[in-house]
Amino acid sequence: MREHTVLRIVSQLVIAPMLLYALYVQFHGEYSPGGGFQAGVILATAIILYGLIFGVEAAREAVPPTLLRVGAAGGLLIYGGTGVATILLGGNFLDYDRLFDHGGQHYGLIIIELGVGITVASVMIAIFYVFAGRGRQDDPDSDEDHGSADDYDADDVS
Amino acid sequence: MITAFFNQMPVLVVVVPLLAAPLCVLAHRAFAAWLIYCLASWLAFAMAFLLFVEAKIAGEVSYAVGNWAPPFGIELVIDTYSALVLLLVTGVAAVTGPYARKSIASEIAIEREYLVFALMLLCLAGLIGITVTGDAFNLFVFLEISSLSSYALIAMGPKRRALLSSFQYLIMGTVGGTFLLIGIGLIFMMTGTLNMADLADRLPEVYATRTVQAGLAFIVVGLSLKAALMPAHIWLPNAYTYAPSAISAFIAATATKVAVYALFRFVFTVFGVGYAFGTLPLGIVLLALAAVSMIAGSLASIFQTDVKRLLAWSSVAQMGYIVAGFALATPAGVSAGLVHLLNHGLIKGALFMAVGAMVWRVRASSINDLAGLGRAMPLTSAAFVIGGLSLIGVPATAGFISKWALMSALFDAQHYGVMALLLVASLLSIIYVGRVIEALYFRPLPDDVSHHKHGEAPLGMQVATWTLIAVNIVIGVHATPELEAAARAAASLVGGAP
Repeated sequence: MREHTVLRIVSQLVIAPMLLYALYVQFHGEYSPGGGFQAGVILATAIILYGLIFGVEAAREAVPPTLLRVGAAGGLLIYGGTGVATILLGGNFLDYDRLFDHGGQHYGLIIIELGVGITVASVMIAIFYVFAGRGRQDDPDSDEDHGSADDYDADDVS
Repeated sequence: MITAFFNQMPVLVVVVPLLAAPLCVLAHRAFAAWLIYCLASWLAFAMAFLLFVEAKIAGEVSYAVGNWAPPFGIELVIDTYSALVLLLVTGVAAVTGPYARKSIASEIAIEREYLVFALMLLCLAGLIGITVTGDAFNLFVFLEISSLSSYALIAMGPKRRALLSSFQYLIMGTVGGTFLLIGIGLIFMMTGTLNMADLADRLPEVYATRTVQAGLAFIVVGLSLKAALMPAHIWLPNAYTYAPSAISAFIAATATKVAVYALFRFVFTVFGVGYAFGTLPLGIVLLALAAVSMIAGSLASIFQTDVKRLLAWSSVAQMGYIVAGFALATPAGVSAGLVHLLNHGLIKGALFMAVGAMVWRVRASSINDLAGLGRAMPLTSAAFVIGGLSLIGVPATAGFISKWALMSALFDAQHYGVMALLLVASLLSIIYVGRVIEALYFRPLPDDVSHHKHGEAPLGMQVATWTLIAVNIVIGVHATPELEAAARAAASLVGGAP
C-alpha cells in the first residue's frame, strides 16, 4: 500500500470529515433526513475506509473487536434501557415524556438514536472485520468475534 | 408497584428477553450467558402465565407502546388466542434452558456458546413479540427478528451442512418475510392504517378491490412459507436436522407454530372469516394443502434414515393437521387446530429433546446409530416412546386429545375425505415411530459405543425432556382447561358460543 500515494493522502483528508459528518447526521436525525442508522453506517464507512487503505491490522488497533462487541450490545441496551427507564418513571415503555419535564420526546429520541447508531456502527465494522479476516489463521481475535456480526441488525430496522 | 408491574407485563414479556440478549453478549462467558438465558426465559414464562390469566378474566389486554393511543401508536393486544401460543413459546423456551447447557456444550465451541444463548433470547423475543403485537407492521419486524436469529442459530450446527441448510432457510424465509411485507403494504395502501383492529374496521369498505385480494394472497403465501405448509416446506427438514439439538427442539416446538398463529391472526382477525372463507375460496385451498402435507409428510418420514430428519418430516405432516383444523373456520375446527398447535409443540419439543439426549451420547443421529440404546439409556428411550405414542395419538396422551378434536370437527363439517386422510396419516406415523422404537429396543448395542460415555444423559437434559413428557400426559388425562381455553379463543376468532 506504500505506493498508492493518492489514495493514502486523500483518505487521510477524508476520514476525519466523514466521522464529523456521521455525528452531524446522528444529532440532526430528528430534524432532517438521517438518524442513528444512517449515522452508524457513515461512521462505520470511515473505519472501513481506514482498514482498506492502511490494513485491517491498523483498523483493529484503532477499533478493537472487543469494543465492537461491547458497542453492539451496549447500543441495544441504551435503546431498551431508555424504555425501561420510562417504565420505572411510571410511564409506558418508551413514553419519552416521562424522562424530562420539557422536550421529553425530543431528548428521548436523541438517546435511542444514539443507541441505534452505536449498534449499527459496531455491527457494520464487525462484519467488515469478519470478511477481511477470512482465511487469516495468524489472527487470534478473528475467530472469537466471528458470530457477533449477525446478531443485532434486526432490531434497528425501525 | 405491583399494579404497575401488572400493567407493564405485555411489553415486559418482550423486553426482558430482548434486553437479556445483549447482557449475554456483554457477559461473554458461557455459564453466565446460560444463567441469564434461564432467568429471562423463566421470567417470561411466569409473565406469560399471568397474562394468560389476565386475558381469561378481562377477555383482552391492551397496551399502548410509548403511550400513543392505539390506532396511531403500536398496540400490544393479548387475548386468549395469543396468550395460549405465548404460553407454549415461553414454556418451551423455559424448559430448553436446563436442557441447553450440556447439549450446547457438546456441539458448539465454548468461546461461541454465549452467542448461542444471546441468539436464542433474540429469537424468543421475536416469537413473543409476534404473539403479543396488535400491529401488522410490528408483527413483520418481530418475525424478522426471530427469523434472522434462527438462521444464525441453525448455521451454528456441528456439521458443515448446517451452513447450507441455514442458507436454504434464509432464502425461503426471506421470500416469506418479503411476501408478508408486500401484503401488509397493500392493505396499508388501501386503508391507511396498520393497527389490526383498525384494519378489521376499515377493510370491509375495500373488500372488492384487487389490491386487498392480492394483499391477502401475499400474506397467506408468505406466512405459509414460514409455517412450512406443503409446497413451501423444503427448508424445514434440513434446518431441523442440522441445527444443534437444543435449537432443533426449541425451533421445532415454536417457530412454525407462531407462523401459523400469525397466519390465522391475519385471516380471522384482520380480514374476517366471511371474506377469506366466504367471498374467497381460502378454506378449500388451505384444506387441500393441509391434506397433501399430512400424507406426503408422513410418507417421506417413513423413508428417512436420520431420526432428526424423520421428526422434521413428521412436523410437515403435523402442520397439515393444524392447518386442516383452522381451515374449517368453524368454532370446533379452529379450537381443534389450536389445541393441536399447542400439543404438537409439546410433543415435538419432547421428542427432539429425547433424540438430542441420544445424539449427545452417540454423537450421531441416524436410526442405525441408536441401535440398542433402550438398554443403555432407559429413561431417555422411555421418554421417546411416550412422546412417540403421543405423536401417534394413543389415548391418555396429548396427541389423542387434539386428534380426537380434529376428527370430530372434520366429521361435523362433513369433510369425510380429509378425515380419512388424517386417519391414514396417523397409521403412517405408527410406522415411522415404530422404526425408531424397533432400533432402540430390539437391536443389540454395538460394541464400540459402550466404550464412549456410559449411562444416561445429564440431569438437566433428563429433567427438561421429562417435564415436557409429563405435560403431555397431564393434558392427555385432564384436557378440560386446555380445551376450554381453546374454545374461548376460537369463539373470539370465528364467533359462535365458546
